[in-house]
Amino acid sequence: MIHFFTTYGSQLIAKIGQHLYISAIALLLGIIVAVPLGILLTRMKHGANFVITLAGVLQTIPAMALLAIMIPIFGIGSTPAIVALFIYSLLPILRNTYLGMRSVSPAVQDAAKGMGMTWWQAIIQADLPLAAPVIMAGIRLSATYVIAWATLASYIGAGGLGDFIFNGLNLYRSDLILGGSIPVILLALLVDYLLGKVEATVTPRQILR
Amino acid sequence: MLLEMSHLRKEYPNGKMAVDDFNLEVGRGEFICFIGTSGSGKTTTMRMINRMLHQTSGTIKINGHDIAKMDPVKLRRSIGYVIQNIGLMPHMTIQENIELVPKLLGWSKEKRAQQAHKMIALAQLPDEMLERYPGELSGGQQQRIGVVRALAADQEIILMDEPFGALDPITRESLQDLVKHLQEDLGKTFIFVTHDMDEALSLATRVVIMSQGKQVQVDTPENILRHPANEFVTNLIGEERLIRAQPNILTVSQIMKRHPATIQPEQTLADAIDTMHERRVDTLLVTDQDQKLVGYLDIDDVSRKTDVQTPVKQLMNHEVSYVQAKALIGDSVQRLLKLGVKNIPVVNQEKQLVGIVTRTSLVDIVYDALRGAPATDEQPASPINVDIHAAANHEGSADA
Ligand SMILES: Nc1ncnc2c1ncn2[C@@H]1O[C@H](COP(=O)(O)OP(=O)(O)O)[C@@H](O)[C@H]1O
Ligand SMILES: [Mg+2]
Repeated sequence: MIHFFTTYGSQLIAKIGQHLYISAIALLLGIIVAVPLGILLTRMKHGANFVITLAGVLQTIPAMALLAIMIPIFGIGSTPAIVALFIYSLLPILRNTYLGMRSVSPAVQDAAKGMGMTWWQAIIQADLPLAAPVIMAGIRLSATYVIAWATLASYIGAGGLGDFIFNGLNLYRSDLILGGSIPVILLALLVDYLLGKVEATVTPRQILR
Repeated sequence: MLLEMSHLRKEYPNGKMAVDDFNLEVGRGEFICFIGTSGSGKTTTMRMINRMLHQTSGTIKINGHDIAKMDPVKLRRSIGYVIQNIGLMPHMTIQENIELVPKLLGWSKEKRAQQAHKMIALAQLPDEMLERYPGELSGGQQQRIGVVRALAADQEIILMDEPFGALDPITRESLQDLVKHLQEDLGKTFIFVTHDMDEALSLATRVVIMSQGKQVQVDTPENILRHPANEFVTNLIGEERLIRAQPNILTVSQIMKRHPATIQPEQTLADAIDTMHERRVDTLLVTDQDQKLVGYLDIDDVSRKTDVQTPVKQLMNHEVSYVQAKALIGDSVQRLLKLGVKNIPVVNQEKQLVGIVTRTSLVDIVYDALRGAPATDEQPASPINVDIHAAANHEGSADA
């Protein structure tokens, strides 16, 4: 244990950094795309089911296969990994945004419009704050997925904690395997905990009651 | 005219004609109630006023301006809107809710806060409540906020769609007092949808009765009670309510008996006895040559020793109580019953005798109104037809 830290300590920090970087960028892109798309779907008469089903289908592509598909398009390195993880992050955020926005009571939406909010104002001031807890739950779920699957990114040369694990597998070194997977688990738990805090703060007081 | 709706029609995409040729002019300070069966187009009509819906044809003007040419967002900010489910923003404090439209209009923070304090006072709720969330308030308190929120930006017209339907009777009544106060004392104009006839009749200056997208009757509550346009309206009002309303809409002339037994002051006691015998009464009303009521003659007051040639004017009682023909029963009934007399003469504005009301016919009406049902089976099917009612008491002036 101590031996592992003294030997791989600085490497571990660097790998955690890479891992977080890949995950964070992928998740951020996921939020930027899926939240507005989810909102848009609730405002469209048709197409919502199709888009959500499509995101669901993307989700079922095996991670290894998806990463492999990325290589001819983006080469190797962190870019294809980020794109692949981004695709994985979409579904939970998209679905929760859609459901969260849909769950806002029609009375509130009617009042928002009836009192003279513009289309945007109604979304920003009424729907989004009310849907925020559900959307946050989706983001939390995506974050956990992304951190877990970022491990595989090492396979296409993106670095991250997966490097330890794959090395460990190749060299039959259980200390490397554990040294890679335990931080991944801890990282996922930590991020989930922090996002849980965020979820609680965006939940309106009234809804907590 | 504050609000003019002309030839409004609304056909939904599915072909449903929800509103068909709706016409209404609303003056400032009016309280208009829409009432009708479910699906009669009340909500649809109301929502066209703030352009939540767009009419298939017809025009709506506010202060002479066609609303179709206005910016819908600006229009909605200028019209108060209260919906059945209250529609307070659950994630905003009461203060934020009240300040919503003022904020959209860009009022300063100070002015908004000032208005919030004023509005919560208007709603008769404690100032501390501004910091609470809607979920922490009772249904009645929430609806109070809903009502004053619709006024927070000094809106002139307030639209309310069945706002008090879900509330208990006591809360509903106090909210009705609140909106009535806003209309009567602050001069706000209300368009108010309700399915509660009592609510419509007590709040409205005019009631619009709707059925299947059409206006069946548009009139004051009094006129609607007095002359329901057709059977639909009668049924909607309900027989019970019509009977209850009778003392307040029936005038004395509608229940009086015409042609009471009279005699002139110059005639003699002998003439009086003949007339009494002929008409089978023990009291005669004395009228002069102009038909004016001047007194009455009761046979019990005349001594047996009196000469039958004595003129009536020397025997008659000058102190006669009477009631105006135009008086509402409800207004005069207390006084009449207190007089304790069997019959009360009815006079017109010139004090000419036009009829007589019997105590029994009065008591019947008051009794029916309290019970909410006609007293006997002889009553006409339509309780508005009161001639029969009065006539049913023909023994009135004859019993002794
Ligand atoms: N969006 C809609 N599409 C089709 N028909 C509708 C729609 N909204 C209301 N209707 C129909 O129009 C009629 C009038 O509805 P509404 O104005 O809500 O009546 P009310 O408020 O008097 O109960 C009803 O028959 C209702 O079913
Ligand atoms: Mg309705």
